[in-house]
Amino acid sequence: MRSYLVLFQMRFIRGLQYRTAALAGVLTQFFWGFMYILIFEAFYASSSTPQPITFHQLVNMMWLQQAFLALIMLWFRDSEIINQITKGDIAVELLRPIKLYEFWYARLLAQRTSSALLRFLPILIVTSLLPYPYNFVLPPDAFSFILFIITLVLGVLIVVALSMLIYISMFYTLSGTGSILIFGVIGEFLAGLIIPIPLMPEALKRIIYFLPFRYTTDLPFRIYVGSITHNEAIISILIQIVWIIILYIIGKLWMNKALKRLVIQGG
Amino acid sequence: MIQVEGITKTFQVAKRNKGVIEALKHLVRREYTIVKALDNVSFNIKQGEIVGYIGPNGAGKSTTIKVISGILVPDNGTCNIIGYTPWKDRKEYVKHIGVVFGQRTQLWWDVPVIDSYQLLKDIYKIPTNVYQNNLELLTETLELKELLNTPVRQLSLGQRMRCEMGAALLHDPKILFLDEPTIGLDAVSKKAVRNFIKTINQEKQVTVILTTHDMRDIEELVNRIILIGKGKILLDGTLDEVKLKFGSEKTMVITYSTQFKPFDFPIENINGNQLRFMINTNKQSLPQIIDKVSEYVQIEDIDINHLPIEDIIVKLYKEYQL
Amino acid sequence: MLYWKYVKILFKSQLEYRTSFILLSIGQIFVPFSVFLGIYFLFQRFQEIKGWSLWEVALCYVIIHIAFSLTECFVRGFDNFSRLVVTGDFDRILVRPRSTIVQVLGSQFEFTRIGRLFQAVVIFIIALTKVQIDWNIIKILTFILMIISGIFIFAGIYMIGATLCFFTIEGLEVINILTDGGREISQYPINIYKDWVKKLFTFVIPYGVVNYLPLLYVLGKNNQVIYAFTPLLGILFIIPCILIWNYGVKHYLSTGS
Repeated sequence: MRSYLVLFQMRFIRGLQYRTAALAGVLTQFFWGFMYILIFEAFYASSSTPQPITFHQLVNMMWLQQAFLALIMLWFRDSEIINQITKGDIAVELLRPIKLYEFWYARLLAQRTSSALLRFLPILIVTSLLPYPYNFVLPPDAFSFILFIITLVLGVLIVVALSMLIYISMFYTLSGTGSILIFGVIGEFLAGLIIPIPLMPEALKRIIYFLPFRYTTDLPFRIYVGSITHNEAIISILIQIVWIIILYIIGKLWMNKALKRLVIQGG
Repeated sequence: MIQVEGITKTFQVAKRNKGVIEALKHLVRREYTIVKALDNVSFNIKQGEIVGYIGPNGAGKSTTIKVISGILVPDNGTCNIIGYTPWKDRKEYVKHIGVVFGQRTQLWWDVPVIDSYQLLKDIYKIPTNVYQNNLELLTETLELKELLNTPVRQLSLGQRMRCEMGAALLHDPKILFLDEPTIGLDAVSKKAVRNFIKTINQEKQVTVILTTHDMRDIEELVNRIILIGKGKILLDGTLDEVKLKFGSEKTMVITYSTQFKPFDFPIENINGNQLRFMINTNKQSLPQIIDKVSEYVQIEDIDINHLPIEDIIVKLYKEYQL
Repeated sequence: MLYWKYVKILFKSQLEYRTSFILLSIGQIFVPFSVFLGIYFLFQRFQEIKGWSLWEVALCYVIIHIAFSLTECFVRGFDNFSRLVVTGDFDRILVRPRSTIVQVLGSQFEFTRIGRLFQAVVIFIIALTKVQIDWNIIKILTFILMIISGIFIFAGIYMIGATLCFFTIEGLEVINILTDGGREISQYPINIYKDWVKKLFTFVIPYGVVNYLPLLYVLGKNNQVIYAFTPLLGILFIIPCILIWNYGVKHYLSTGS
């Protein structure tokens, strides 16, 4: 926790210094969101049958996606960790009296939260000023908002745990940019980042509900726009917690194994 | 051959501060300071000279090199190098110069050196017979034979630097700019590089301008020093002139048998029956000094040493408060 | 030609890292394919979009992706130009007696985009079997023109982005709006969008001339043969971009940063 706070502050200050970068980031994400909205608007306009979510709900999900992109994208590259793994600088880290899994976890979490905190407000403020149906609005009720915050936080914990698995896999592949790409893309598809899960075919939805990916983005955002009932949301929170524990245990065990292997091979 | 006249160049640099509040302030407003990198710089260099361009970090060395190699336009001043104004006739002009940046490679990292040379032949449009002749000559003088078929990333730093030198000379440049050519090299490689610079300077009359922090480079290669500090040329002269001006201080080591009375002049070091101190032959002549010392001790042996060039440069920097 | 000499030497370099090359190329198949899969699923739900069927949209998609993958491979030097400025390697380019454009082009290639190209070509072939086209020689020529046109537009935007590096190296991701964003927008026929979007991507950044307008003719939605040659306008887009680049180089020469 302490190392998280220190790392968070460091990142946050660094982020502030690059004002052009921050501004550019906000601008880029705003345009991306807008572009997806334009595409979906065209689809909605060419069909008169009602869809599982309304266009305005979808718009709000898109804005949330852009505002919290740093929190939810599966692959957020940390070159330092990658170098430690692939170039063998890891030995230095192993000498320090810290638990490596927890340290990297804190580091990745700090990176995502600081970066998201710098960006989400401007995006949400600007988009709430847009005319209907492109505007960002408040959730239907206060309880939804609370549930949204809880599920978003738990969702980030899942995302980081998942991305830890990608890093650990690099102990074996040693460069693995290719496999990371594949894993990242499939994960993001299953999280509903390419097209929203409500718009997917029913058979695919059933598979997706069994996997952890949708609990990172689809769940919190749909709670926010009111497309998931409160009861369902509370059950989902329990599922999120279970996933966090499972992913933590898998990551921890796998990392220990990978490090042991590393020690045996002498780096 | 190289005429540089009144070159001035200023840069704008953004200020940056620490802390959250300062960082927030920085978001709103950004302050700039103006830095004068070059201030009325002038010099002439004749064909076949080897000039050492020295000065502490940030003095304006690389800015000068950038200007005279055509990749930076100065605010003011004129420059005529082999008939060209470098920044105006850049593409034509750079055909006649070679540039080696000591810390950066100009070779392609993953392919054998010879492939890089082939590509350079195409880039510089070197006629095949010229290329063949130069390649042969360079292979011989730089001992590249075994290196040419090795990928660059597998070369040691010294081997790589030899290949870099070769690459910079394939197109028969009239002028060679060397930016810290011996940085990071071991003693043997340094020597090889220096020997090579001397050879091509003598045999091909290539004019060489080199920046360096290694004073052995200066001592062994250079016949002229240009010292730059804070953007201004502070000194321009032959090595001997510099030595004469700043080298009048010498160290004297005296071995003695008996001591008559306690020393009351500054001594740098006493070691058994040896004492070491600084003398300045401009202020006192040698016999005078010896006379004086013999009042204190019975002299057995005298050893006088010139200040090493490195110390002279340190004194130079001190003198100009760099 | 010097450019191909650069291709040769960098391809040779790439082969030194065979495994990672193969893995990355395979990875490159999946990135755009997931997008196509999204389109496929959307069409299962919506059937058609403004009179265009799935496989007609797929033709739009493949043209833009083929052009994009070729540009990313062969114009990568401009896409990744900030690297040259940061490391100072652009100075090296300036002390060589060749045009900066050829040298920057030659500074880097991204051969792994073969994966992206591969998936686009496969979808292209499938789409051709599903769509009715009355073939003639002009239509074949049009397809070739479309791809060339796309390459020139993407390349032009990369050059503008690279020019920005001379002024700032922060926040360059904005330029992705125009390349990645434009690619994403124009993988659908641009008539599905609002009027101002359509105009923006026809007259300012002319992605519309790459696939939408010529496909109108190819698919027989409009029989005026003039549409077949609209891609030529995309090729002209490179001219202002080259001028902007030259201006940027001039600026760099006077500030050195």
